[in-house]
Amino acid sequence: MTILALDWGFIVEKLIMIAIVVFASLGIALYTTFGERKVAAILQDRPGPSRAGPFGLLQPLADGLKLIMKEEIIPNAANKWLFILGPGLAMTASLMTCAVIPWGSAIDVFGRHVELQIADVNIGILYVFAVVSMGVYGIMIGGWASNNKFSLMSALRAASQAISYELAMGLALIALLMSTGSLSLKTIVEQQVQGNWWNVVYQPLGFLIFFITAMAECNRTPFDLPEAENELNFGYHQEYSSMKLGFYLFAEYINMIMSSAIMASMYFGGYDLPFFNEASVAPNIAAMIGVGTLLIKIVLFIFLFMWIRWTIPRFRYDQLMGLGWKTLIPLALFNMLLTGALILAKL
Amino acid sequence: MQALTNKAQAVSRKPMTFLERLYLINILKGMMITFSHMFKKQPTIRYPEEKREFSPVFRGLHVLNRDEEGRERCTACGLCAVACPAEAITMEAAERVEGEEGMYREEKYAAKYEINMLRCIFCGLCEDACPKDAIYLSETFAPANFTRKGFIYGKSDLLIPNPKTEATAFAEAKGVEA
Repeated sequence: MTILALDWGFIVEKLIMIAIVVFASLGIALYTTFGERKVAAILQDRPGPSRAGPFGLLQPLADGLKLIMKEEIIPNAANKWLFILGPGLAMTASLMTCAVIPWGSAIDVFGRHVELQIADVNIGILYVFAVVSMGVYGIMIGGWASNNKFSLMSALRAASQAISYELAMGLALIALLMSTGSLSLKTIVEQQVQGNWWNVVYQPLGFLIFFITAMAECNRTPFDLPEAENELNFGYHQEYSSMKLGFYLFAEYINMIMSSAIMASMYFGGYDLPFFNEASVAPNIAAMIGVGTLLIKIVLFIFLFMWIRWTIPRFRYDQLMGLGWKTLIPLALFNMLLTGALILAKL
Repeated sequence: MQALTNKAQAVSRKPMTFLERLYLINILKGMMITFSHMFKKQPTIRYPEEKREFSPVFRGLHVLNRDEEGRERCTACGLCAVACPAEAITMEAAERVEGEEGMYREEKYAAKYEINMLRCIFCGLCEDACPKDAIYLSETFAPANFTRKGFIYGKSDLLIPNPKTEATAFAEAKGVEA
């Protein structure tokens, strides 16, 4: 009776990991919306949401409840299936990224050695790339299915922006991969834990390019042209209401968390707490400290995203394309060549 | 072209230097500015809990005054209605009868006294016009209402509490302004 000679514990362990990671990202995303409003308010000398619950902490729940209670409207002229598929796809694509992020080293529970990563695939970064580029389909499909010229324009913008910036992002990553020699996120993080320096020291230009392109991929200001209120009314989610709109808005925040996690893992040592010897405490506690460290790094990155959003105005469309094609791609190519030369010279 | 004022300044058309074209430094400068605002004092007043102090000369909701013995001061002379530029005040006079001496100070009193708070511009001319010191503007403002009728304040809304029978309410209504 060994038709399925599976390690059932492994499946259970992974399912629990998936549940924890997905719900944690949803919860963090919920409070990122709150954080965004608070950060915006504080940067503008206002108190921000403070009415719902102590310090306004129940505000995101109230927002979610409001979105759910709103009337669901599907326009007559819309393509119904694609209209519903759009937000679902956006959400799925942004949540799928979390599968390859190493959240911590490993813990021992009930005699099992549990890696704090859903899937340590050896092509982790390629996977992230594939999923991130799928994210634009959510916007494209939503914009197309709305049958609204503004939505369509916004979808076109989103697609061209994603294509332009993915190139530079990929080129910036190639330089990193050349120096680390691995596509697995776990390996990249472990190298940084064992090595002296984080990758950002070896790849400062690469990080800068990756950061800018990540901001563009998340459709964050100054690259939020698909959502430009003043010329596109609202962008690709103009016709959306209720929780479908909520999904789009939510997907943006999850994207932000995921790109922060990836940047923290690839360039800032992931779960590595600097100047701290992990071997000096019990392995489980060390792993938990690692998870906390990664979360702190993610929060700092999210704050950086928000800080930039509330400082810089939006690019014009030609400026966006100019920056992508004429600046970032040549810079990324230069960075790649430089890295290659330095590796060859064994520096 | 001759400038209208001497405030005009020539715009610098100098091409940007490399550092300026890099844009990053200027972004950092901007970010430092927004960051410094995190530590600034917020001017916000959280309204229902915190209230802004009005100045002592603030002209708010009207109050019909009473004298020390709790008698209404108003004699329905109509000077306030005449003075009112917005024509917000209407009143009807009545004659005091035997036994009402404790209620009204003079022989004539206002049986009906209405101010339409939607018309009132809170200029305080009624206060100035009153020879009997019977009407003055307090330091509160008219609260919101659901109907237009609700903004027509009658005597029951305007009269200050009786200092004899409701001393604490009277003191409260009187506030800082004498």
